[in-house]
Amino acid sequence: MPTVALFVPCYVDQFYPQVAEATLRLLERHGCTVEFPEAQTCCGQPMSNSGEAAAAAPLCAHFLDTFQRYQYVVAPSGSCVGMVRHQFADLVPDHPALGKVRAATYELCEFLHDVLGVRRVEGRFPHVVGLHRSCHAQRELRLASGSERQVAPFDKVKTLLGSLEGITLVEPDRTDECCGFGGTFAVAEEAVSCLMGRDRLDDHAKAGAEVITGVDMSCLMHLEGLARREGRPVRILHAAEVLLGEAA
Amino acid sequence: MGHLTTLRHPEAAARFAADVPRTHWHDQALWFMRLKRDRAAAQVPEWERLRELAQAIKAHALANLPALLEQFERNATGAGATVHWARDAGEHNRIVHRLLADRGVSRLVKSKSMLTEECGLNPYLEARGVEVVDTDLGERIVQFRGEPPSHIILPAIHVKKEEIGALFHEKLGTAAGASDPKYLTEAARGHLRQKFLAAQAGLTGVNFAVADTGAVVVCTNEGNADMGTALPPLHVACMGLEKIVPRAEDLGVFLRLLARSGTGQPITTYSTHFLGPRPGAELHIVIVDNGRSALLGRDPYRRALSCIRCGACMNTCPVFRRSGGHSYGVTVPGPIGSVLAPAVNPLAHAALPFASTLCGSCADVCPVGIDLHHQLLAWRRELAAAGHVPVVKRLALRLAAWIFASPRRYALAGRLARLALRVLPARLTTRLSGAWGRQRELPVAPAESFHERYRRTHGRA
Repeated sequence: MPTVALFVPCYVDQFYPQVAEATLRLLERHGCTVEFPEAQTCCGQPMSNSGEAAAAAPLCAHFLDTFQRYQYVVAPSGSCVGMVRHQFADLVPDHPALGKVRAATYELCEFLHDVLGVRRVEGRFPHVVGLHRSCHAQRELRLASGSERQVAPFDKVKTLLGSLEGITLVEPDRTDECCGFGGTFAVAEEAVSCLMGRDRLDDHAKAGAEVITGVDMSCLMHLEGLARREGRPVRILHAAEVLLGEAA
Repeated sequence: MGHLTTLRHPEAAARFAADVPRTHWHDQALWFMRLKRDRAAAQVPEWERLRELAQAIKAHALANLPALLEQFERNATGAGATVHWARDAGEHNRIVHRLLADRGVSRLVKSKSMLTEECGLNPYLEARGVEVVDTDLGERIVQFRGEPPSHIILPAIHVKKEEIGALFHEKLGTAAGASDPKYLTEAARGHLRQKFLAAQAGLTGVNFAVADTGAVVVCTNEGNADMGTALPPLHVACMGLEKIVPRAEDLGVFLRLLARSGTGQPITTYSTHFLGPRPGAELHIVIVDNGRSALLGRDPYRRALSCIRCGACMNTCPVFRRSGGHSYGVTVPGPIGSVLAPAVNPLAHAALPFASTLCGSCADVCPVGIDLHHQLLAWRRELAAAGHVPVVKRLALRLAAWIFASPRRYALAGRLARLALRVLPARLTTRLSGAWGRQRELPVAPAESFHERYRRTHGRA
């Protein structure tokens, strides 16, 4: 059984430790030996996406140093994995571990689906759930075919979620529209960001979702922040928490 | 000064989005176009193959641009057209004005041309006594309103029909309070007929210039390019130098993609091929650089010159739909505009590459496969390196990077942040979080980070 290094995005580490815990338990439940390299901090995405390449590069190098000895690196985040896979090459092109770590790094659902070949997740989740398809998981990692491209339809996260016992998945209008988080965009373009987020919440509410889930806690943090401010009844959970199921 | 200019888009966007019902109306109108595009694309089994072909043809054309432009000039000239070369907007305007002035033209009709918007041709000619009438309905509306188009294929998408009714009442004498689109369109049609009949010259843009024939192809839904060029003895066609396609047969790729991507139509209503002038008339083609050849020399932005101006990236952009085209402050707004504009003036347009969540939907609808969101990211790096990013933001990100560079500093900073969130009054932490907390709650801070919990449960000393 594979040994997996758990890569916990910094904001998940600090604000959503239960998501990291769920990821760890889910991987163990699927037969992985999980290690958590404690030297890890942040992949540098906030800096890189803001154009601060020089500030991001040392963090990328630190990430590669920390994870270079593992066969697999798995994170509960499409966005951070997208950073490793698509931006590291520009930022630390000469790091000796670049190729190895890039190829070894997976988003959680992608790892379950593609590497472990999981199609059915044991567990119960008897709720009406809307899936928020985060953009980087969708369009950088291609976890689903997407509404724009004319290719054979697939959706790895939905496949896994849909296999849970008792779950009802509902589709919002605009199946893969952005939630408006966008990293520093959430603050720099607050007005549009928040309007986009509320529109997403409305779409999910209209579809009847009691729970909104997704693979990126950053998008969900934004949606949760908006929902809580307005006292909306929707629950926001990371896909790892949903996939862990509820005790019967 | 940099930070002042970079705040332009957020402020304009916030003003637009403050009227939520109107923003939703704008969003829905453009999303409707996106849905039509999806349906049209789905009906072409080889859609993705077409996009790849279009991208490859454009890459080839850009790589061989000098030879293709000269081939086009030879063939166009051979067919009886006259070709002019303009280095920049000023030269373009002078050439067009000279053509008109030499023939005593004081009444010009125009079909849609983003290039002439870019060059500021209308005010240039008007200041020299030429009446310029934009004959595309949407363009006529924004011309009456004294503002630029807000979208490259839907110039008046930001205007409601009631507002058009009031505008036409004032300008065209339609009945007060009338807002029936059919009635208003009929009125505009009658008005424009008079302009077409009286025009002494017609000016059009160019969608495609075909190197191996020398023809220019102009696509309109209203037939206004045809109406404007059918009667007057002078047709001036203005094109950016990137409009070249190598062969007439390449149009079989581009014409199939263009309208399907933009409006979801199988093909634009009128695709007119102008090969040389009408008998007894003149055709002048003005080929404009205005910064394009400089862009051609810059990777990765050169790929943005593949753009066929279909408008799909604007229709799909969730930010554009909620901030409006005018918030970008440039002739070509939206994702493609945010790539093109900083090349012309990095400081003035430094906010545009940041007016995006990098969601990537633009790149996936782009019929010529421009990696728009990756180019926006490339611009962010370039603008940050040039110091065109707000100082506070830069310092905050560098401080964060310094903290993250050390696991110990990171652990300490995380502990302090969570402690602050737990012990300070929520009203204070919300206020301290600035733009985050105005409309959103902060996450509930747990007592333990995952790091701390893991160390406790996995028994590391």
